[in-house]
Amino acid sequence: MVDFTFTEDQEMLRAAFREFIEAEIAPHAAKWDADDYCPVELWPKMGEVGMLGIFVPEELGGAGLGHIERVMVIEEIARHSAGLAIAVFTHHLCMGAILDGASEDQKKKYMPSLCDGSKICGLAVTEPGGGSDYMGQKTTGVKDGEGWIVNGRKCFITNGGPADITVCTAVTGQDDRGRNQLSCFIFEKEDEGFGPGRKEHKMGLRGSWTGDVIMDEVRLSADRLMGAEGKGAGVGMKAIGEIGRASMSAIACGIIRGCIEESVKFANERVLYGKPISKIQAIQFHIAEMRMWYEASRLLTYRAASLKDKGQPAITEFAMAKGFSVDMSVKASQNAIELMGGYGVMNEYPVERFHRDALASISSGGTTEIQKLIIAGDTLRAFTA
Amino acid sequence: MNIGVLVKPVPDPEQYNSITIDPETKRLNRSGVPTIVNPSDKCAVEAALKLKEKFGGKIVIFTMAPPDGREKLMEVLAMGADEAVLVSDREFGGADTLATSYTLVKAVEKKSAESESFDLILSGNESADGATGHVPAQVGEMLGFNHLSAIVQIVAEGEGRPDSLTVFQKIENGKNEFEIKLPAVIGVTRDINKPRYTSAMGVIKAKKKPFDTYDCEALSPDKSRIGIEGSPTKAGAIFTPDTGRKSEELSGSPEEIAEELVKRIKAIGVTINSGGGCRE
Ligand SMILES: Cc1cc2nc3c(=O)[nH]c(=O)nc-3n(C[C@H](O)[C@H](O)[C@H](O)COP(=O)(O)OP(=O)(O)OC[C@H]3O[C@@H](n4cnc5c(N)ncnc54)[C@H](O)[C@@H]3O)c2cc1C
Repeated sequence: MVDFTFTEDQEMLRAAFREFIEAEIAPHAAKWDADDYCPVELWPKMGEVGMLGIFVPEELGGAGLGHIERVMVIEEIARHSAGLAIAVFTHHLCMGAILDGASEDQKKKYMPSLCDGSKICGLAVTEPGGGSDYMGQKTTGVKDGEGWIVNGRKCFITNGGPADITVCTAVTGQDDRGRNQLSCFIFEKEDEGFGPGRKEHKMGLRGSWTGDVIMDEVRLSADRLMGAEGKGAGVGMKAIGEIGRASMSAIACGIIRGCIEESVKFANERVLYGKPISKIQAIQFHIAEMRMWYEASRLLTYRAASLKDKGQPAITEFAMAKGFSVDMSVKASQNAIELMGGYGVMNEYPVERFHRDALASISSGGTTEIQKLIIAGDTLRAFTA
Repeated sequence: MNIGVLVKPVPDPEQYNSITIDPETKRLNRSGVPTIVNPSDKCAVEAALKLKEKFGGKIVIFTMAPPDGREKLMEVLAMGADEAVLVSDREFGGADTLATSYTLVKAVEKKSAESESFDLILSGNESADGATGHVPAQVGEMLGFNHLSAIVQIVAEGEGRPDSLTVFQKIENGKNEFEIKLPAVIGVTRDINKPRYTSAMGVIKAKKKPFDTYDCEALSPDKSRIGIEGSPTKAGAIFTPDTGRKSEELSGSPEEIAEELVKRIKAIGVTINSGGGCRE
């Protein structure tokens, strides 16, 4: 039988995180959005309550839990601040890549400080030449004695500014058919020639730093190569395909839940024709739709996460969850705006922010078209009679 | 330093407006209102954790509640307490503060007899729902311990297990300073500290911590001192005040209504000074 309930521990965790988030995040979310400020000072606090290392084994400083719990953290943060949620999940994204691809020494060197929040990290793969063209990257890594020299520019990189540690992909060679081979490198903030470039001004997901990361003749020692030479494409893709997409789905779930909660509150309080508008059927339909979208998005998202926890392949499931729930978050936030009338677009209510956040979520973790390509590819294989 | 902390699950004070009173039974109807750990009890747990960090020892939490009180105890174990005792039996139901204190004391005594005795019992000064503030003093008296309420600061100095604690009690226009000899019972207010957040690691550990449930048989109490029978307090008249506004409807033509309104306004002593245009 299928069991769709969370365990008692998971419910307790959700309650504990909610308490933290309602005190430390919710009251500031609107201001972070207005100022486009990433609250880096929260990292140690989030580390202390275990949000950052939630899925990391205990021996590396984490809580040793799984991806369901990790997705839960992101959904709960996104309920109030989707901007901070993308910054936190990008931290997870880079940690996921390190867990997957790094040597034991590298894990021991980097993971504890990323779990406790004394350091911030990011993962940089997208380039100006197009994020969808993953294998067409232009950043190069060239052997230099024992070490490497890396040159290139990454764009739209979350945490690019504040990150102490950034994992980047670079082309380090070609296979016999002339196709690029990518390798992953670990950069530290202090590395000469490495650093953030321009910061973008986004319509949504504000409160997270997004922008360029520049590598100008950066010399790296051999121990900064992460995983085997030429095998970096898979590490980056796996992190994006599983952690990245799971998180964008969770952000969408958080946004939809926020829309529902704000809408229900508003509909019960706003009185027209002598009664609350929640009594009007058309308003109820808006709310009912949002609820359906929320439940369906959640089921897809947590189910994909549970497959990952069981060690089963879940690339298609995460693609479905991401594509669907982000679409639904755009629709739900539009519903919420419509339901509130003029108030819906005033920034004293959060739903206009939720709508901007939902729209800004479309391309991160791969665009909806890319999700459809993944889903179609799998479906054409799996559903042949 | 062995510390017992008394905690109580209460309806979330933020949602008190959804609580109603049944006029017949005079009981609170809290259905649909989520339960939380009484806020000042959480501060008591935090104070205990700080003392434990300094002096070592263990923290045992006690609650008298229906079986679902377990959930709240797990929350406190996740915050960092070491052991939990749920005191639960139908026979304990309907207890006032006196019967509650007696029952909790029986549980504290049983736990002390089973392992080590307590140096300190902490609790919130009062519960958010009942707000009598009786329990810390009653528990202190029954245990024969020194006791103080309304404590806003505990100073823990020196190394090793202390014989006494310096504490500050809130009074209307200042603070009283006391040195209280241990063992003692201390009721703390929410001003004493900001309870720590529960961490994921805490939640994971909570399940593995010792958890006892004491029913009536386990405590073998004097039955005349527990539950409804042991409760001298009887709720008197209890009602929900009518907070609606008095209203009356005026009818007639607009002119007649306006006349009537002006008359009534004047009748309550309001003078109407118009710059012009208003008919006397
Ligand atoms: C807020 C935000 C945060 C981000 N954070 C990071 C980060 O931390 N690290 C990182 O590496 N990247 C990050 N990105 C980049 C993100 O991964 C890319 O935006 C995404 O991969 C799409 O790439 P692109 O923007 O270059 O669009 P393009 O790849 O140029 O796509 C343009 C259009 O072409 C469509 N398209 C492309 N290829 C196909 C195809 N084969 N079939 C059909 N349609 C196609 C796309 O769907 C899209 O509509 C972030 C982006 C955003 C918006």
